[in-house]
Amino acid sequence: MKEKSGITGGRIAVYVILILLSVLTIIPFAWMLSASLKLNKDVFAWPMEWIPSNPQWANYINIWTKIPLLKYIGNTAILTVVVTLLQLLTSSFAAYAFAKLRFWGRNLLFLGYIATIAMPWQVYMVPQFMMMSGMGLNDKLIAMVCLQAFSAFGVFLMKQFYDGIPDELCEAARIDGLSEYGIWAKIMLPLSKPSLATLTIFTFVNTWNDFLGPLLYLHTDSKKTLQLGLRMFIGQYSAEYGLIMAASVVALIPVLIVFLALQKYFVQGIASSGLKG
Amino acid sequence: MQTTQRPAVSEAVAKSRKKRELIKNVVAYSFIAPNFVGFAVFTLVPMVMAVALAFLSWDGSTNNPITFVGIQNFIDLFQDAKFRQALINTVAYAVITVPLTMAASLGLAILLNQQIRARNFFRTMMFFPYVASMVAVTAVWNMLFNPAMGPVNMILSGLGVENLPRWSVDNNWFICMGTVILFSIWKFMGYYMIIYLAGLQGVNPDLYEAAALDGASPWQRFWYVTLPQLRPTTFFVTVMLTIQCFKVYDIFLMITNFGPGGKTRVLVGNIYEAAFTSRKFGYSSAIAMVLFVLVLIVTLVQFRGEKSMNE
Repeated sequence: MKEKSGITGGRIAVYVILILLSVLTIIPFAWMLSASLKLNKDVFAWPMEWIPSNPQWANYINIWTKIPLLKYIGNTAILTVVVTLLQLLTSSFAAYAFAKLRFWGRNLLFLGYIATIAMPWQVYMVPQFMMMSGMGLNDKLIAMVCLQAFSAFGVFLMKQFYDGIPDELCEAARIDGLSEYGIWAKIMLPLSKPSLATLTIFTFVNTWNDFLGPLLYLHTDSKKTLQLGLRMFIGQYSAEYGLIMAASVVALIPVLIVFLALQKYFVQGIASSGLKG
Repeated sequence: MQTTQRPAVSEAVAKSRKKRELIKNVVAYSFIAPNFVGFAVFTLVPMVMAVALAFLSWDGSTNNPITFVGIQNFIDLFQDAKFRQALINTVAYAVITVPLTMAASLGLAILLNQQIRARNFFRTMMFFPYVASMVAVTAVWNMLFNPAMGPVNMILSGLGVENLPRWSVDNNWFICMGTVILFSIWKFMGYYMIIYLAGLQGVNPDLYEAAALDGASPWQRFWYVTLPQLRPTTFFVTVMLTIQCFKVYDIFLMITNFGPGGKTRVLVGNIYEAAFTSRKFGYSSAIAMVLFVLVLIVTLVQFRGEKSMNE
């Protein structure tokens, strides 16, 4: 009896701590949302009003004319879609060979991927920029595609998943006369939906949120991405609190949607890719 | 006759086997090529270039020659006060952020590993900062911690705190760094919480039962069962977090702007500045090599540790 009441007491404590921590974690977002509906002079009014009595929906209209937000979003959306598609296609393609085919130089090539997986992009971003400029890719969106579409991480993640699919399945398909391309398309791809979903969100979130890459490469206003445009806006109009917060909310929404829709895969992906290291 | 035919047959067999082998290789390479060509051109080549560049001097202009300067860039490096400061800041940032983030994410993971209602809801909330845009969340962070008008200082002054901290623009280095570190913990902890949750799934429940039978308190169970069982996870988290801290740039840019007066500069900030402001590309790559070595040390420690754990 005593034991039981002790457990419920502990349980209530757990809930209280969790609710407190979640509130602390989420407060910046709540504040952002609240401030995005206020006049600049009211943003810092104290005591603060969580739900503005006079919500400034105009903030959400004005940001579209104050900066070319639509252009930024368009650039970012195109970039994200192209990078994600290329990443999924080339990674799963290469991973299939690494996991299921024997060929000359396999271990050496895979070592090339593994050895660089932990190396931060920041180490080689400058020579990479010089090389890309030499190729005439400076200030072009395509440079961002080249930068982000071929990652060691994608190949590694997909290979780990394919390693778990029994070889006998491919063997049987080969005997049935399926080509290697057929096996990849008809057997491996449909089976690897969870890891494809994981790679999709990782790539989507990274590309959508990337800041330093576009900062290096994209200079013309009409080519900027959402993060870069938002940052420039904050630099130029640092006192336009309401507008900055409204634009920030807009920048967060796509990631929020993708994240909520696919979060199951995200969590699985981190857990599986993380623990194997 | 027969004796001369035999080698011919086996030669033909060997030939066809060779051909099959060749086709197999060609097919395999056709799978790898689309990714590998992109990866090699845009990642491997620049990495090699980075190493070479560290021993050269160039201002990026095609009119001016590229000259080989040996280790001069590295000699300059260690006489450069800005570099020393960046190195100290980067390492200090990592040394403080890593254990605090680990403690926070492990604590969250343990809380959220219990059978409670709305568990997934809590996990999602804790995780969201990690996927939120850095530009957007630093913007709101800077407003919350605005020294003159921000709600954080309003609350502190309401509590009677005099000498309110000026957070990201405070002249005190500790407060400046502390603001960034606090932000980093908030931003990163959800990600590592997920890794710890996965690690907790692997802890043998029999061990807890045995500990309970021995009358172990919850604290003892944590200390003598959970922590030792989580060692591989903790190790992995340490390595990942340390690398994440070493390569920090945008957090400092957006919160302290490396200020006040360059007091909070970090390595990647110096790489960027040397290349794109001072146009000293060789020198910038020398700083990048220091970052490279730091990451290499951490990675080698990981390999060593994984080996010893598997033995």
